[in-house]
Amino acid sequence: MTLHLKMDDRDDRYRLDDMVQGLVGTATDRPEGKLKVSGKASYAMDALPDDVCHGVLVRATITHGKLRNMDTEAVKVLPGIRTVITGKRMLRNPAQGMAGKAPIQGSDDIAYFGQPIALVVADTLEQARHGALVLRLELEAKGDAVVNPHDPEASVEKPKTEQVLIGDLDEAMKKAAFTVDQHYTTPGHSSAAMEPHASVAHWHGDSVTLRGSYQMLAYNRAELADALGISEKNVRILAPYVGGGFGAKLGISPEAVAAALASKELGVPVAVSMTRQQVFETTMRRSETNQRIRLAADGNGLLTGIGHEALVSNLPGEDFSEPVTQATRFLYRGENREIVHKIARVHRTCAGSVRAPGEAVGLTVLEIAMDELAEKAGIDPVELRKKNIPDQDPTDQIPFSSHTLAEALDEGARRFGWDKRNPKPRATRDGEWFVGIGMASAVRVNMLIESQARVTLSADGRAMIETDMTDIGTGTYAILGQIAGEMLGLPMEDVETRLGDTEFPPASGSGGSFGAASNGTAVMLGCEEIRRQLCKKLDCQDSDMTLKGGYAIVGNKRIALREVLDGDTLVGEGHVQPGKAEKKVRQATYGSYFAEVGVNSVTGETRLRRMLGVFAAGRILNAKTARSQCLGGMTFGIGMALTEELIHDRRDGHLVNHDFAEYHLPVNADVPQIEVVLLEERDEWANPLQAKGIGELGICGAAASIVNAIYNACGVRVRQLPATLDKVIDGLDEPA
Amino acid sequence: MNPFEYTRASSRHEAATMAAGGATFIAGGTNLLDLMKLEVMTPERLVDINRLDMDDIETTADGGLRIGAMVRNSDLAANDMVRSTYPVLSRALLAGASGQLRNKASTGGNLLQRTRCYYFYDTAMPCNKREPGSGCQAIGGATRLHAIFGASDHCIATHPSDMAVALQALDAQVEVESATGDVRTVELESFYRLPGNTPHIETELKPGDLITAVIVPPAKGRRQTYRKVRDRASYAFALVSVAGVIDMSDGRIAHASLAFGGVAHKPWRNTEIEQMLVGETPSPNVFVRVADALLRDAEAQGDNAFKIKLLHRTLCAVLTELTEG
Ligand SMILES: Cc1cc2nc3c(=O)[nH]c(=O)nc-3n(C[C@H](O)[C@H](O)[C@H](O)COP(=O)(O)OP(=O)(O)OC[C@H]3O[C@@H](n4cnc5c(N)ncnc54)[C@H](O)[C@@H]3O)c2cc1C
Ligand code: SF4
Repeated sequence: MTLHLKMDDRDDRYRLDDMVQGLVGTATDRPEGKLKVSGKASYAMDALPDDVCHGVLVRATITHGKLRNMDTEAVKVLPGIRTVITGKRMLRNPAQGMAGKAPIQGSDDIAYFGQPIALVVADTLEQARHGALVLRLELEAKGDAVVNPHDPEASVEKPKTEQVLIGDLDEAMKKAAFTVDQHYTTPGHSSAAMEPHASVAHWHGDSVTLRGSYQMLAYNRAELADALGISEKNVRILAPYVGGGFGAKLGISPEAVAAALASKELGVPVAVSMTRQQVFETTMRRSETNQRIRLAADGNGLLTGIGHEALVSNLPGEDFSEPVTQATRFLYRGENREIVHKIARVHRTCAGSVRAPGEAVGLTVLEIAMDELAEKAGIDPVELRKKNIPDQDPTDQIPFSSHTLAEALDEGARRFGWDKRNPKPRATRDGEWFVGIGMASAVRVNMLIESQARVTLSADGRAMIETDMTDIGTGTYAILGQIAGEMLGLPMEDVETRLGDTEFPPASGSGGSFGAASNGTAVMLGCEEIRRQLCKKLDCQDSDMTLKGGYAIVGNKRIALREVLDGDTLVGEGHVQPGKAEKKVRQATYGSYFAEVGVNSVTGETRLRRMLGVFAAGRILNAKTARSQCLGGMTFGIGMALTEELIHDRRDGHLVNHDFAEYHLPVNADVPQIEVVLLEERDEWANPLQAKGIGELGICGAAASIVNAIYNACGVRVRQLPATLDKVIDGLDEPA
Repeated sequence: MNPFEYTRASSRHEAATMAAGGATFIAGGTNLLDLMKLEVMTPERLVDINRLDMDDIETTADGGLRIGAMVRNSDLAANDMVRSTYPVLSRALLAGASGQLRNKASTGGNLLQRTRCYYFYDTAMPCNKREPGSGCQAIGGATRLHAIFGASDHCIATHPSDMAVALQALDAQVEVESATGDVRTVELESFYRLPGNTPHIETELKPGDLITAVIVPPAKGRRQTYRKVRDRASYAFALVSVAGVIDMSDGRIAHASLAFGGVAHKPWRNTEIEQMLVGETPSPNVFVRVADALLRDAEAQGDNAFKIKLLHRTLCAVLTELTEG
């Protein structure tokens, strides 16, 4: 039996609070942790079949134009080469998240430098790589390729749904006591997950099985089927372990389709793993952004107007555009509001979801502007934010489901020692270093996505969860086990969680921070269904039944579940869908960041000294994995603030720094002690777990606290991220 | 990866002879293998020099040091003699790469590591260093890493080594054994070449020449430091770096040797500014004058214009640090 739930209204049952197993919320270890640290968890390219062949993608080396021909014969005679795949089914770029259909296909039309246009397959990886590197391509370049969003030749669109115009911002700016009107830029970013995009395809008759590194299997299955022109029933995808995704593995990527095509032709399994350079060049990038913020405030620092304009970019034909202004709609008050969103068509690597699309860069810029306003108005930055928390969503005019920003700001300020901050830049010195502190708000929209799961309670009293959900390093195995254990009164070791197989019920997948709450709800519903069946067996009401430690307690009786089951196996499926709730209220997660930096007075180098994040995301399902998510998010924030930047050649748009030596993620030495505090909260509007997404919250605005701390340290305001030393050094000698 | 043959040499002579016949030495492989995977370098034969007896650090008759070519960067940095007498070298080594890489990287290989120019690493890009005569795509492109001294119209790349900068400030020499068995020593200053119109020829080495050791004379000053400025706290190449060796007497500078990394096709040295310092009483004015003189010849390449100011400030700070107290 399946228990369905459409989230149309709030759920005040606090179901999990009724349970007594004591698993949910605790810092439970990952059940698969030992496998991972001992190298036994098998990722896409592990445990390859004996007869596997290896494929290596070949890239276009022009920016825009046609593939006329390729000298496949010369490559086919090299040792070990089995075939060269190209043609109309090759993916131009990965599918966007939740597309459920193939992206633009075909290797003849080249839209960006690095586009995969062929696959060389050989007996060994080395042979295939050599073949791919020496394959001679006949390419015809079009001379007119626009590669920079600012190019006057670029075609620019203004998607209707993204624009907001309320009141008269120009007028508000004129009347305001304090204003900020500034331009900011953020560079492109790459997800740069540890495990590269990889797929191993194998056909049995008309059906293909793909072992891959993917985030959203139900969608990926549809995308792969569409790309190959076969029915979804003939596609199975396995992704039991995924070595990070961060958005880049939401949609099916070129290597998966190429592997499937090659395997079909050769009749043997074919493994294709991207090189690090290919991951950078051919998987999703976060668009660079050009933003303008206008803030108008009255004499007390109350905002009367907010303007946020953003220019982002993507390839022609792609509908994704970085939702930069998503949180600006509702974070702060102000009766005059103007949001302008533009997208320029450029011939650069495809843009898509990367690490909290929208807020990661949009909120960061807004929060730098807020710091500028605080400075101008002479108001403490924490106070300024608290003053401007609106009573309801000022754009959509709907109430908030819950609101924890003020609490997060107060808690953070208290713990960090914010009251000791000297608002004057360059007031604190430590030898050669200027020392400063800064803060920023965190906010991320919350989502619920349709999701299903099956829970089986077998006669021996052990439970099993099956869903095509993924664990991309986030802790899905742990939290699903905890939820089922809590609902069914079982210890962790009596719950087995099986993920990453499209034979299981389709899940939300991992993305947009919605996985834990969406799929966790499906598991909870499945467990409720099992509880219903247990009640029937025990002839009692659910409210009279307590499940704990493998026993059912009803009245004064304590019966082992095995006994209750009496040889039966119970199956409960859960199915949750978003409903009217998301239109009735504004749901979001909130938090605050506080950072202390040192800025070297000689060189302009910035080094983070300490950082605190305080977050509220509804019910915390696992204190340990939630904290890890926040640590990771804040670490990305450090990268965004200080080092990370995709560099495109200004002439042909190609990605210049496409490896870990030159794309500077933070390394251990860049990450000092980071403290994470999670606030207790329940959001009844979110789902029956009352939990919200936490994965992305920790990056949203994090970089702003660091950039604001740089200003407090040395008086240099960086508006072009990242704040590398060249952006700081010129201001060091100017009077603060 | 290009198919290749692999031989482990059993003697220096064997190794050098094979190299004279076109084989490429492989030491730690930390640079060479990366380049081979990308087919930036496509040797058909590799000769492994790891087992040749070249991993000793010995004191020389004049009180200097002879460092075998296969001494690992980690071992060299941790050596007691080096730490006490040549701290500039120890610091430079530890400022480079990562622990794992330093465990593998050798002294000879470090000297000969190739540039990190983005365009050199991408075989789709014209690059005179990789393919003589094809052009230089870095000029007019992304040049954050590139040279401000000694560049040419053919190449604007920098040498990425930290260790070599320290060795340059220590007046080190490179000991080389040729295929004929001749052993010679070359001053580091003349070992490296500027790009000119042959950027693919980076050193004075001839085919078959095997680096057997690096010889460091006794240090001319006890005040030593290596300062590396970079984009992140570790595991990044120098934007600029300064190696300094100073000796003071009676409040005046008695000796100064300075070398600069991240700014030229070789560790950069300017003896004129060293002479300017000798005999001076340290003061900000003196340092600014010296830094001005150093940077008089600097030429920016677009994105790297900040290096001029950065090097100026870093040099002044290093001189202040080394002459204090
Ligand atoms: C990600 C990364 C970051 C790094 N960061 C830094 C850094 O910050 N600073 C820094 O200085 N370095 C850095 N390095 C470079 C590192 O120091 C070099 O790769 C290393 O020193 C090379 O030594 P090796 O023994 O591995 O050389 P190999 O890779 O084995 O050889 C390099 C070259 O030298 C030649 N060669 C080697 N030994 C001899 C010999 N005895 N005689 C003649 N020819 C020889 C080889 O033929 C080859 O051409 C980094 C490297 C990587 C991969
Ligand atoms: S700077 Fe030198 S290494 Fe770089 S592309 Fe030009 S020629 Fe090649």
